[in-house]
Amino acid sequence: MSFLRFESLKKEFGKFVAVRDMSLDVERGEFISLLGPSGCGKTTTLQMVAGLLQPTSGRILLDGKDITNMRPDKRGLGIVFQSYALFPHMTATENVAFGLEMRGVGKADRLARAHAALEQVRLSQFAHRYPKDMSGGQRQRVALARALVIEPPVLLLDEPLSNLDAKLREEMRIELRLLQQDIGVTTILVTHDQEEALSMSDRIVVMQQGDVAQIAAPLDLYERPTNTFVSDFVGTTNLLTGQVSQPGKVSVKGTDIDVDTASAGVGAHVTLSIRPEKFRLSDEKSNQEVRIDAAIFLGSSWLYRVTGQLGELFITQPNTGAAGYAKGDTAFLDWPKGALTLFEDAV
Amino acid sequence: MPTKNFNKTPYALTAPGVLFFTALLGAPVVMTFVLSLHSYDFTTGIQSDWTLANYADVLGDSYFHKIFARTFGLGLLVTAICVLIGVPEAYVLSRLSSRWRSIFLLVVLGPLLISVVVRTLGWALLFGGNGILTMIAQALGFSDEPVSLMFTFTGMTIALVHVLVPFMVISVWASLQKIDPQSEDAALSLGASKFTVLRRITLPQAMPGILSGSIIVFALTASAFATPAIIGGRRMKVVATAAYDEYLSTLNWPLGATIAVLLLLANIVIIVSFNKLIERRYAKVFE
Repeated sequence: MSFLRFESLKKEFGKFVAVRDMSLDVERGEFISLLGPSGCGKTTTLQMVAGLLQPTSGRILLDGKDITNMRPDKRGLGIVFQSYALFPHMTATENVAFGLEMRGVGKADRLARAHAALEQVRLSQFAHRYPKDMSGGQRQRVALARALVIEPPVLLLDEPLSNLDAKLREEMRIELRLLQQDIGVTTILVTHDQEEALSMSDRIVVMQQGDVAQIAAPLDLYERPTNTFVSDFVGTTNLLTGQVSQPGKVSVKGTDIDVDTASAGVGAHVTLSIRPEKFRLSDEKSNQEVRIDAAIFLGSSWLYRVTGQLGELFITQPNTGAAGYAKGDTAFLDWPKGALTLFEDAV
Repeated sequence: MPTKNFNKTPYALTAPGVLFFTALLGAPVVMTFVLSLHSYDFTTGIQSDWTLANYADVLGDSYFHKIFARTFGLGLLVTAICVLIGVPEAYVLSRLSSRWRSIFLLVVLGPLLISVVVRTLGWALLFGGNGILTMIAQALGFSDEPVSLMFTFTGMTIALVHVLVPFMVISVWASLQKIDPQSEDAALSLGASKFTVLRRITLPQAMPGILSGSIIVFALTASAFATPAIIGGRRMKVVATAAYDEYLSTLNWPLGATIAVLLLLANIVIIVSFNKLIERRYAKVFE
């Protein structure tokens, strides 16, 4: 049996269904992300695990024990809140030591453990500062140390990086993931940032309006999304609508495209998804001639918006050091056969 | 010159306020102070001499010592009771759903809409020898004698607490509003019981509101006039009513002015030092 298990969790607020029917098995030491746009039910799910919200129905099992009706202060889970929720009237050390104090750890012992935890997040020199004298990144790490020092069976992270600036966020992603692997703590991260979910998780649960849209490992989720919502929400993609003209061919705006049509019968309306980076843009003649509408240099890559027979497409090409295409240029488009994913739900 | 204009602007903008306070607050205070430096003769009235005799009189007379002690004792007691009533009241208010909250906020603040004099006369009806208090006490068999809280310290305390508790509630309520509710969730998740969260997380964060509410209540009690005048009467004088009596009964204006100036000074010293204490203790913690 898995370490943490959600059994048909459901949460209603009056008539509004925040989480419809959520079941999930989390293994010990696994890093799971709940990913979705705001209002999809991911934070509600996290709060039910934390015990701050009572599910309308369903069960939560931790290590085989039913914790659905257990009070939050008895669950012993570590939580990092979006606002960090540090205690403003306590120093960093006092913040971190609070959970140990509540567990009746002696003063000398809890101070030593709080210092060790602050050291783990590289904040030893700020031990005696108050939260208001620390930067966002430092506060975030105090919150992390405070959640980890009680050695929780499960660490819950509620959009912990969303208040940091872009560069710090990327650094913290790596740091947080390494720390999590180091300690081996089972972790659930709530985020709306797909990059964050892709870069840190073992598995990602994509949620949409209270439902689970897909559960998969990051690479699988990115390469093999099972519906258009996931394919559009995770990463960026080009969605093309068309109709199956014969087995193995889909007609998009009068052009037949080779694709594995699988179960879709002839005449079915389908959506094709192709990631911007799967395209090859070159001067080598192919049957897809496109005009460059816009060219944006992103440093490591180029982003183009092009118009051709298939309509408007977004394309990224790695920066090789050579000059890219400019607005108004003509180029030819090509892609490997497996680059297209077919969905039977038309957008 | 743009720089010169830049320097003038703040002065120009504050000028109306400064003028207003100088004319309506500063001038009377200065005139009261000047008046306190003249001596008074019962046959010829206020003299044009300059003397500190009035101050010597007040500071050396045990009759005034008692009045000052009673005033500040009353201030401390009323403040303490307002903390005990107002803090839980504000906390409960902050926990109510928004619809009930606005109803109860109106209930709490409602008394402020009624004149202090009217409210105090209401208390006088309750407290008087043939008032409701007596009727209840006699009906329940607690007492055969009339029970009166008129002209007592207890009566003044009760009436002043009733008048001033809304100020404490507003002040504490404002600081409770600033607390990040997630910090309470965080404490819960770290194993604190609800009571521990209240004691260790919520109350300390509400402390600035409790302390500033205390300053307001103390200052208003120490300088309160209407309530002590009606409930306390001549028998239970406080500084404000003593000053009033010097002005209007004895007609010794300089002595009345001296009492008023001393009350002002004592109030300023107490409040400023209390405020310093708060700032030293909490400035490090709160923005």
